[in-house]
Amino acid sequence: MLNFTIRRLVLAVPTLLFISLVIFLLLELAPGDPMAQVPLTVPPEVKEKMREALGLGQPMHIRFWKWIVQFFWIEPQVLIDAMFGTTFSEGDLRVISWQTRSPVMDIVVQRIPQTLWVVGTAYVVAILIALPIGIYSAYRQYSWFDQMGTFVSMVGFSVPPFFSGVLVIVIFSVQLGWFPSIYDTTLVVNSWDSFMLQLKQMIMPVMVLALQITAQLSRFMRASMLDNLNQDYVRTARAKGLSEYVVVMVHVLRNSMIPVVTVIALGIPAIFGGAIITEQVFKVNGIGQLLIGAIQANDLPMVQTLTFIFAVLIVLFNLIADVLYGILDPRIRYD
Amino acid sequence: MTDHDKSDTLIPDEGLAPASTALPTADVMEELATPPRSQWRDVWDQFKTHKGAMIGAILFIFIVLGVYLGPYLWSIDPTQIDIRARNQGPNWAHPFGTDQLGRDILARMMSGGQTSVSVGITAMLLALFLGSFIGVLAGFFKRLDGPLMRLTDLFLALPLLPLLLVMMLLFREPLSAAFGLERGIFILIVCAIGITSWMPTARIVRGDVLAIKEREFVLAARSIGTSNSQIITRHILPNVLSPIMVSATLGIATAIITESALSFLGLGFPPDFPTWGRLLFDGVDYLQQYPERVFWPGLAISLTVLSVNYLGDGLRDALDPRIRGR
Repeated sequence: MLNFTIRRLVLAVPTLLFISLVIFLLLELAPGDPMAQVPLTVPPEVKEKMREALGLGQPMHIRFWKWIVQFFWIEPQVLIDAMFGTTFSEGDLRVISWQTRSPVMDIVVQRIPQTLWVVGTAYVVAILIALPIGIYSAYRQYSWFDQMGTFVSMVGFSVPPFFSGVLVIVIFSVQLGWFPSIYDTTLVVNSWDSFMLQLKQMIMPVMVLALQITAQLSRFMRASMLDNLNQDYVRTARAKGLSEYVVVMVHVLRNSMIPVVTVIALGIPAIFGGAIITEQVFKVNGIGQLLIGAIQANDLPMVQTLTFIFAVLIVLFNLIADVLYGILDPRIRYD
Repeated sequence: MTDHDKSDTLIPDEGLAPASTALPTADVMEELATPPRSQWRDVWDQFKTHKGAMIGAILFIFIVLGVYLGPYLWSIDPTQIDIRARNQGPNWAHPFGTDQLGRDILARMMSGGQTSVSVGITAMLLALFLGSFIGVLAGFFKRLDGPLMRLTDLFLALPLLPLLLVMMLLFREPLSAAFGLERGIFILIVCAIGITSWMPTARIVRGDVLAIKEREFVLAARSIGTSNSQIITRHILPNVLSPIMVSATLGIATAIITESALSFLGLGFPPDFPTWGRLLFDGVDYLQQYPERVFWPGLAISLTVLSVNYLGDGLRDALDPRIRGR
């Protein structure tokens, strides 16, 4: 198992390098000019200097190498400095955003808590709802509960978040006036009232996201339970007189959870990646919204760094899911 | 069913010619000559029993017909501006009301639907072609398997929505300049969606090709000297048709949603060229006063995708021979 993990980790390095190259080359084709906003009265030679200050003067491969060094060598040092108060990274140039002229990672660190709160809560809520639904609709296959579950998850698949989000805003904040339609990130939770406010403003985005995730997870849970419910060991367990609860919730559930756990692990990058559309609808200023803003403002270092962080997370959690599968299921041996 | 029907109708004829001794053999010959129940008939019979899928299929056909043939019945120009009749609610002249420039929303829904549905279908075809091509190559040629599957994994590891957005931003200008605004963006959206959604099809097709390649009929074909390309087109492709068809339906659904998402984020079609996603995006500004303006396009997207998903679900069941008998 350890061997497998190490081999996969080593293999992930060229994959990630290649992905970063693809993203870099794609952005290289960008027609936008970061100097477009500079007033026309600024003389061309000054503009040229500003361009060089942004690191645009050099050839492509040198800029790519510089970005790699900044991202993989300098940013970790900054992180260590921030944690232990050391001064490894002093004087080194970090990845700078063209929009704000401040380090990209600082902005990312500012934005991550909002995304984690909203999307993470939605993920947890969705897991808590989806698993019981999946279990029960598999146990009573083709019952009305199962039919309803199928229908609701089909709806969850089909209604895009930009419609369900707008719909809940119309219902709950325009018509009923229960919840605010805009997520207020400046809210400081320090009292019961502010906690209730935070809860209120989180309900709608969490609801929209959870519907989608629940739809997928409950289908998966159901299919996985159905695979196991007809196995011989289930009949054996019933034959030796175990109660129905123990048969389903202990024997079948534990075996059915193996693929579901890996699917849950595969979905985690999406939490960090943020639900771009949902964040846009509810004006949550998280990572997804940061990316959209950066794309619209032509802020290439920001776009590149963010896209690459998403790619790293996807590769990492793919690896974790594979390893988890091997650990949980003794029949699977990678070595 | 057909076999019994035919033999039933044959019996009176035999009764009319009792002296003929050749008849029993003719009957047997007839029996042999009638083609066996075709696979597609079985599939159709199974498909009919899936109620959701039937409703989905009918709804989808209805939406497609309404969107393409509707403009012949409802002949108001979707771009016609009538500023005096702006912001109207539903009435007889405008069943869905009018927007802030007095354009008829029903007409705009139809023309937007044409774009959305054709983007969905074209992008699905492109993704399907790429996916089947790469899947068949990877499954059939052992040497290509490794590199092609690494490529697929790589594409799966890319953060797709961000990349789609970046692609839309980068290639919008050059393609609009080359092919005209609308066609350029159409090509761009279709290509972007197609290039980023072929991977699941490729994986499924590869798995099936790997299994079919080892079967005896492929060996038989090879032994009589059939070339690789003919084995693939005559023997392998027809056998992997069912997973391809299922991913086709699901592909339409994802393509329509992706296109609407791009339009919703303001990176899809230009404002004077409606699609369902764009209409929804435009409606959000008037959310408080006229919530129905958001409701109609959203409902259209959701219903289309829902019907296509049910269609795919039924098709998957119908095409699976293990389920079909039951």
